[in-house]
Amino acid sequence: MSDAPAGPAPATRFAVPGRIAVSNRAAGTWQRATLTEIRRETPHAATFRFAVPAWAGHLPGQHLMLRLRAEDGYVAQRHYSIASPPDDEGHVELTLDHVDGGEVSGWFHTVAKPGDEVELRGPLSGFFAWPGDRPALLIGAGSGVVPLMSMIRHHRARNLTVPLRLLVSARGPEELIYASEYGAETTTVFTRSAPEGVAVGRVAAAHVARLLADPPEGGWEAYVCGSNGFAEHASRLLVAAGQPVDRIRIERFG
Amino acid sequence: MNVTRGFAGRPRVRNDGLPPGQYDARDDWPVLSAEVTPELAASEWTFTVDGLVAEERTWTWDEAHALPPSAYEGDIHCVTSWSKFGVRFAGVSLDAFLDLARPAAEATHAVAYSHTGYTTNLPLADLTGGRAWIVWEYGDEPLPAEHGGPARLIVPHLYFWKSAKWIAGIRLLDHDEPGFWEQNGYHHRGDPWEEQRYSGD
Ligand SMILES: Cc1cc2nc3c(=O)[nH]c(=O)nc-3n(C[C@H](O)[C@H](O)[C@H](O)COP(=O)(O)OP(=O)(O)OC[C@H]3O[C@@H](n4cnc5c(N)ncnc54)[C@H](O)[C@@H]3O)c2cc1C
Repeated sequence: MSDAPAGPAPATRFAVPGRIAVSNRAAGTWQRATLTEIRRETPHAATFRFAVPAWAGHLPGQHLMLRLRAEDGYVAQRHYSIASPPDDEGHVELTLDHVDGGEVSGWFHTVAKPGDEVELRGPLSGFFAWPGDRPALLIGAGSGVVPLMSMIRHHRARNLTVPLRLLVSARGPEELIYASEYGAETTTVFTRSAPEGVAVGRVAAAHVARLLADPPEGGWEAYVCGSNGFAEHASRLLVAAGQPVDRIRIERFG
Repeated sequence: MNVTRGFAGRPRVRNDGLPPGQYDARDDWPVLSAEVTPELAASEWTFTVDGLVAEERTWTWDEAHALPPSAYEGDIHCVTSWSKFGVRFAGVSLDAFLDLARPAAEATHAVAYSHTGYTTNLPLADLTGGRAWIVWEYGDEPLPAEHGGPARLIVPHLYFWKSAKWIAGIRLLDHDEPGFWEQNGYHHRGDPWEEQRYSGD
């Protein structure tokens, strides 16, 4: 692993470091975004739709930075994955968990209403982006499904035929974000409670084995998103099941 | 920027140690690597200084531990907005390694690279003069794997993505060469006090 690399820069096992080039101008400019709609997803999560007239566009999987400002000039900023697909021009949708005591998610869930303005910069990070080219396996838990849903929506909107599979984990059916939107590409896993006859438990080797089955030519690109604990668990299962480490992309929500 | 209607935020605690836009994560230590945490045993770990040096050198775990110990006690700042105060990392000052490899006069920049293939670029001046360490302890415990154990680089005066986890080596160059996040839109230097998060900041 510590082979002396040949070129001027060390050889990297991230064969393709980013999936796309990121526009530095878009990433560097704060833009005004107007909240136009709030949709409840679960008792603890809601989707917030914004009009962002100057939005430069994004790819599924990318995130943005959002900031709120108080009267005294105090600013709070956080990262959020983009839930909406790229074709939803001039708009972005975010889905936020209501974090207990959360400064920013608390404002969204208790104060925000249509017409409110916030500021955004992005899209950010090409690493987790999926342009819709390679066959992809998506594994997410909780709000970790947000950037993966952008991929699913993009796949549908464009009628893409490239294989795409999603494994999504939630505490129970009522906590499953985007529950009505999943199709044949999706397997759900419930960790605390499940409908009659459905098993309860965490994502396990058997789920991952099924996900990896019948690999397409050239193999899968894997995208894992969720809390750090979930990302560690799921990425270990992928490695154990034979997925190459340099084809696992991880977005950790911290 | 306009005031956000109805946003008060948390009660402010004045904290001169907090760079702009950062918050105090207290006991939290979020993990934000984009790669799979490697299973790297201390016995397999090595650290190399190469590129524009008089003598390319590689140290094993035991050889690195034979160098004079040095610790960092202070704060760390992550680009995702959290800062952590009063942390302690122990290992060896990067100067001790560089002194043995002897950087060439024309070396101006460096790329730090990890056993996973992660890379990050730094001006050489940010790595010398007691400002960078190779560390294997956090608090008084071995550095956990998800935080870069068995050993990582720390450059605490810059955003923490410069502090490459699972450090494998430092390559000295006569030019700047963007690393992993820097190719993905992040700032080349990453000074938290200048709020250099993304390129263009
Ligand atoms: C790349 C990325 C993408 C993300 N995408 C999403 C997404 O799509 N959806 C989503 O819901 N989240 C997402 N997150 C997480 C998001 O950025 C925020 O961390 C989350 O919304 C919590 O922010 P908050 O302001 O509500 O909570 P915070 O105020 O940051 O609080 C978080 C926790 O820390 C405690 N805490 C923090 N600071 C203090 C303090 N000073 N005093 C006391 N307690 C404190 C709080 O009590 C709480 O338990 C993403 C994160 C990253 C890095």
